[in-house]
Amino acid sequence: MKAILTLDNLASGLVTTIWTPVFVAIFLAIIAYAFWPRNKAEFDKAAQLPLREE
Amino acid sequence: MVSGGVFFQRESAMPQPSISKSMTSGESGLAALFAVTAFLCLIASAKALDAPFAFHAGLSAAASLAAVFFIVNCYYDRPAALPPAEINGRPNYNMGPIKFSAVMAMVWGIAGFLVGLIIASQLAWPALNFDLPWIQFGRLRPLHTSAVIFAFGGNVLIATSFYVVQKSCRARLVGDLAPWFVVLGYNYFILIAGTGYLLGVTQSKEYAEPEWYADLWLTIVWVTYLLVFLGTIIKRKEPHIFVANWFYLAFIVTIAVLHLGNNPALPVSFFGSKSYIAWGGIQDAMFQWWYGHNAVGFFLTAGFLAIMYYFIPKRAERPIYSYRLSIIHFWALIFLYIWAGPHHLHYTALPDWTQTLGMTFSIMLWMPSWGGMINGLMTLSGAWDKLRTDPVLRMLVVSVAFYGMSTFEGPMMSIKVVNSLSHYTDWTIGHVHSGALGWVGFVSFGALYCMVPWVWNRKGLYSLKLVNWHFWIATLGIVLYISAMWVSGILQGLMWRAYTSLGFLEYSFIETVEAMHPFYVIRAAGGALFLIGALIMAYNLWMTVRTGEQEVQMPVALQPAE
Repeated sequence: MKAILTLDNLASGLVTTIWTPVFVAIFLAIIAYAFWPRNKAEFDKAAQLPLREE
Repeated sequence: MVSGGVFFQRESAMPQPSISKSMTSGESGLAALFAVTAFLCLIASAKALDAPFAFHAGLSAAASLAAVFFIVNCYYDRPAALPPAEINGRPNYNMGPIKFSAVMAMVWGIAGFLVGLIIASQLAWPALNFDLPWIQFGRLRPLHTSAVIFAFGGNVLIATSFYVVQKSCRARLVGDLAPWFVVLGYNYFILIAGTGYLLGVTQSKEYAEPEWYADLWLTIVWVTYLLVFLGTIIKRKEPHIFVANWFYLAFIVTIAVLHLGNNPALPVSFFGSKSYIAWGGIQDAMFQWWYGHNAVGFFLTAGFLAIMYYFIPKRAERPIYSYRLSIIHFWALIFLYIWAGPHHLHYTALPDWTQTLGMTFSIMLWMPSWGGMINGLMTLSGAWDKLRTDPVLRMLVVSVAFYGMSTFEGPMMSIKVVNSLSHYTDWTIGHVHSGALGWVGFVSFGALYCMVPWVWNRKGLYSLKLVNWHFWIATLGIVLYISAMWVSGILQGLMWRAYTSLGFLEYSFIETVEAMHPFYVIRAAGGALFLIGALIMAYNLWMTVRTGEQEVQMPVALQPAE
């Protein structure tokens, strides 16, 4: 019978699975960054950027 | 060809006697490199195993010599000091390469639309092949797609990205020869790719047809493009990196990755055009459509969304509706698009779970697509009246509407049951063209209509009335095109799957081809209208540059007395 729980399987299983929560976490962090109240002023200024330049 | 004076600003008139003139290491190094390349290409041409390779090697030898001449000539023409990054505290923008790319966009655009019209007519009237190998549908079709996507679209993206990155960073492009290397090198790649198709040189991968030597050249050009773009961002005076630059950067980086991922090929000989791709079978198909769909996602979407985020606010004179949404739009697009490729391989040997994964991510793409569309459209809040008076803004806004429509249709078509009807039919062609003509075409036209007066320092366009004609003629063309293809595609799909009561296929294949004829004629008529619109545009832009009134110049380049 083939061993299911080898170090190899565990490592590759972990590495291929871990991307999903990692990417989800990064994406949630980006949403938090976008909606963070303190960043609002900077973003409002950035929205005007094409109109401000010389 | 347009004379050099159109592209180069005559800032060389400034008197700067004190500095002794010498070649920069870039100038001498690049000139030497091209001289060596010319010699090597000449040898390759002499030892070539096939005629197209001999032609391309010979052409490259000539082009390398021309590059040496260009570099040396520029050196003799320029003043001793290189153009300063700033003049009197204001950025000294580099507009020359932008002008060149804008002109080439128009030239390739018209060529590409014309070839599209020819192959549309060939489908309606096959006799138009004239039994000549060089103008068979199979060779002209990649010529059309490459000319409109990579030549027209690519030049629009390079021109606008060089413009936007400078303006929104308030910094001059880095490098003096590098931006010219990018625009000239990229157009030379197009020339090699296009002439190759006509001569039968292709690696037969859709949107990645150019053979190994053209691919290697594009890699060098593209990495230089990335370095120029990144270098300008690093040098920026504006602390915030504007969202359009994020989209451009994603486009440039991802295209580099896609190009390298999809093209690892082994040439049969270093003196022949034929090569074989590293992997075969379903792996190759998966790689091909990972590349193919992300070419749509990052070339035809991310790059042109950058145009939307800069040119619509600028033209409407309104801020971006929601900058927060633009950040989420960007990252959602980046996270989702890269997985959508397998929907091109439904019901093939690709594992079922991979097909479902591709379909799922395609459907999720509805969210960033529509978020972006809403952000673009709502930027007009408070300026909706301008749609009545400004046909350029109308073109930009209608392009965003087409973006919304085709990005609704795409995910729907990626659903497996819908795809079982739509795949391999004209519906796909119609879908692609509602995106290509409506979204990419119109947003490009709008950006060029804005940018040409800006970079050539004109007060405005030669004629807004002609823009209006262009808009309506092209819109009518698109409507004819996509409605003909919807009817044709669905009819085709239904005829293919129709069974008689005895379980036999009801129609032979040739009967379905015959049924397509009227729609192919309508489609060709739509393409002709789109081409006419582009010709009107070229005339309008030409007259803008030639006869347009000069914008009052800021007093530039006055050296302080010392």
